[in-house]
Amino acid sequence: MPRIVVDVMPKPEILDPQGKAIVGALPRLGFTAFSSVRQGKRFELLVDGEVTEEILAQARDAAETLLSNPVIEDVVNVEVVEA
Amino acid sequence: MTELPLIGEAIAVAAEPRLAGARIGVVTFPGTLDDRDAARAVRLAGATPVPLWHADTALGDVDAVVIPGGFSYGDYLRAGAIARFAPLMSQIIDAANSDAKLPVLGICNGFQILTESHLLPGSMIKNDHLKFMCRDQVLRVENSNTAWTLDYEAGQEITVPLKNQDGQYIADEKTLDALEAEGRVVFRYVGFNPNGSRRDIAGISNTAGNVVGLMPHPEHAVEVGFGPETALSGGAGIGGSDTDGLGFFTSVLTKIVGGAK
Repeated sequence: MPRIVVDVMPKPEILDPQGKAIVGALPRLGFTAFSSVRQGKRFELLVDGEVTEEILAQARDAAETLLSNPVIEDVVNVEVVEA
Repeated sequence: MTELPLIGEAIAVAAEPRLAGARIGVVTFPGTLDDRDAARAVRLAGATPVPLWHADTALGDVDAVVIPGGFSYGDYLRAGAIARFAPLMSQIIDAANSDAKLPVLGICNGFQILTESHLLPGSMIKNDHLKFMCRDQVLRVENSNTAWTLDYEAGQEITVPLKNQDGQYIADEKTLDALEAEGRVVFRYVGFNPNGSRRDIAGISNTAGNVVGLMPHPEHAVEVGFGPETALSGGAGIGGSDTDGLGFFTSVLTKIVGGAK
């Protein structure tokens, strides 16, 4: 069954407190190559049957209205992934 | 929600007959924590609390609404994001935007729900220090002309409990400038910014002043002996009194009965 994957990230201008905590923890485990971390969200919307343009449009709409808050987040990707 | 005060004195304006007819709705979502305290604050202020359920499709006969704190839907997705689409919220949004301008107060998670509903601008993200914080907090009342602050003086400092994890208020600079210019910053943190909120903002209002949201909890500071530990109540804590929050609930009654400053 196909899935629609939606990726949401905090807006670039917004300091991401969780990412900041993660980047602070990485060197303690010996991972020293990373200067910054930003934490986002991935949603997988399962579709029964074929993903039509209409269903994809619904997913984009849902991504903007419920899955993300446009004040603090950007929808950076909406794509269909075949199982 | 018919319990009588168990403790302290039934203070201030309680039981003025003209106010007992005032009906203040208190909304409960799955995961709401402070609905009973909010209802109690309404009763102590002299009005009648009306329990409202998130799945209700009609608002009924209420003169104002309090959206209390807690963790509606476990804060899943984003704090307040799922509660915002509850059937009752559509009713509240319409009533708040209508000509009648229903007074709406959002406390903590209620504030988060109001920003997710776009009744108030901006949003809350995780505290800058990443920890849950619970403390008595001094606030300055910057605007005493909203439906929920009429009984305070502009510039008055009050002490109420604060407890949150996602309490950092943010908005873009343009929105912040507009809020300041229009007097819509209603409360500011004094002495200590507990969560990294932009410009020390603790609470804001909509343009009309009927919708107010804030992160701290006035409903926990309404009874003698059970509010913040202040010097006045015999505690060693910060200034203020332990009933500093009661003014929110008497203010809206002043508004409802048409009182002016």
